[in-house]
Amino acid sequence: MYSEKVMDHFNNPRNVGEIEDASGVGTVGNAKCGDIMRIYLDIDDNGIIRDCKFKTFGCGAAVATSSMATELVKGKSIEEAMKVTNKAVMEALDGLPPVKVHCSLLAEEAIHAALWDYAQKHNITIEGLSQPKSDIHEGEEAEEEEY
Amino acid sequence: MIYLDNAATTKPYPEAVEAMLPYLNEYYGNPSSIYSFSDKSKEVIRDTRDFIADSLHAKSEEIYFTAGGSESDNWALKATAEAYALKGKHIITSKIEHHAILHTCQYLEKQGYEITYVGVDENGILNMEELKAAIREDTILISIMFANNEIGTIQPIKEIGALAREHGILFHTDAVQAYAQIPIDVEEMNIDMLSGSGHKFGGPKGVGFLYIRKGIKIRSFVHGGAQERSRRAGTENVPGIAGMGAAAKHSFRIMEEKIKKEIEIRDYLIDRVLGEIPYCRLNGDRNRRLPGNANFSFRFIEGESMLIHLDQKGICASSGSACTSGSLDPSHVLLAIGLPHEIAHGSLRLTLSEETSKEEMDYVVDNLKEIVSYIRNMSPLYEDFVKAQGKKENRDV
Repeated sequence: MYSEKVMDHFNNPRNVGEIEDASGVGTVGNAKCGDIMRIYLDIDDNGIIRDCKFKTFGCGAAVATSSMATELVKGKSIEEAMKVTNKAVMEALDGLPPVKVHCSLLAEEAIHAALWDYAQKHNITIEGLSQPKSDIHEGEEAEEEEY
Repeated sequence: MIYLDNAATTKPYPEAVEAMLPYLNEYYGNPSSIYSFSDKSKEVIRDTRDFIADSLHAKSEEIYFTAGGSESDNWALKATAEAYALKGKHIITSKIEHHAILHTCQYLEKQGYEITYVGVDENGILNMEELKAAIREDTILISIMFANNEIGTIQPIKEIGALAREHGILFHTDAVQAYAQIPIDVEEMNIDMLSGSGHKFGGPKGVGFLYIRKGIKIRSFVHGGAQERSRRAGTENVPGIAGMGAAAKHSFRIMEEKIKKEIEIRDYLIDRVLGEIPYCRLNGDRNRRLPGNANFSFRFIEGESMLIHLDQKGICASSGSACTSGSLDPSHVLLAIGLPHEIAHGSLRLTLSEETSKEEMDYVVDNLKEIVSYIRNMSPLYEDFVKAQGKKENRDV
């Protein structure tokens, strides 16, 4: 069902983890539809993304697109990172099944959300970047449930 | 390979495969033909019909062969709706039916029928009070599944049958997961119609049956020749029927032993998973469930990822996550028992056969533990949970 590249990134995901005191953190998606992506960015004074990590709750495609997205933005400038679209992520993975295209959109949104967080913290504007729409807090109540 | 998806389909019994071959190789005569060459084809159809009828405590002329469970469900609902439209246009079903029922009901809603979807409790057992309250003057049919395909819950079919009978309402049950797995008696349980499917009990795919109690005026589903008492036209799937018959015979022969063995191994599996994997739960009733069914939810993880990892360890399983359903919503069954979306996404169904061994379960649980912990370490939900726990502990100190 998945391409070899997708399976490779699913089995050996790159850049899984957290960055402490990250320059920007973005979380998108919601538990309701079963995909949540969180991307951490470490951006230096020159606006270069030095490091990028992710955590993802989701299917095989969600894990693979997160992994690929972090690879694509690592070492890039903010402007270059803004050009990492869902299409670019999909192409880099040799395509996704049609029902999984939304996963690549989520990866793009997650990068944007992390950049937005960075921009907010540094009081700057990034061209072409608007406030992320998705948030995960819809499912929060249920999360509290104990069993 | 460890095959734990017997609710999806079963490995055909050698007896079933063997029984089919003569009707593919040798006795290919059309059962409707007059010449004696076709006698063998006629015979095996009669024999299978007799056996299935007996096994349900029904009469032979009450068994109609179909192309499988979905067709049987469609037939039972659509034809009843049509035949009894003058009496009323209200049908009662449950929220946890198979899509072959639910989507047929949605179709009927578009045709002007009213459907009441009765809820279930947290274990997936039908809410009988809600069912009673749903009955109206114009209710023509109650359709409740015998046992659920996802969480294995067995419904109080006898009580439902009695209630339907008391109100003069027809009662259909989708017994695709239950037939030839656990005993069913259509007389004792007041069942008017019952759907079964060959490949769920060691028979071939593409063949099933619908039991229709004598006297029920439901109409022909496929128009054409006089096959199946003119109610379901089309040349019979003779090899399929032969295979299903042999599989049914074998299933009933081993049923008692199979049930005992599956329950033992299943309970071992359930105890190990619940005991050794944190933040997980069993879905469905602990006791009133199919012998071979185990269904778990693991918090903070998503089902498809789990399935791919299990597949890489040679384990075939299934999940109620959205990704495996092809839609954005997780299983309607898991939502109906009250699970929040994200927990429904993390479900895992393991369905055993009589061949499943304890050693296989050990291999599965050992791998599952690692897989769940690996996926959790990648999950932002788990990260948040751990951080929140840490804060809580700090507060408590």
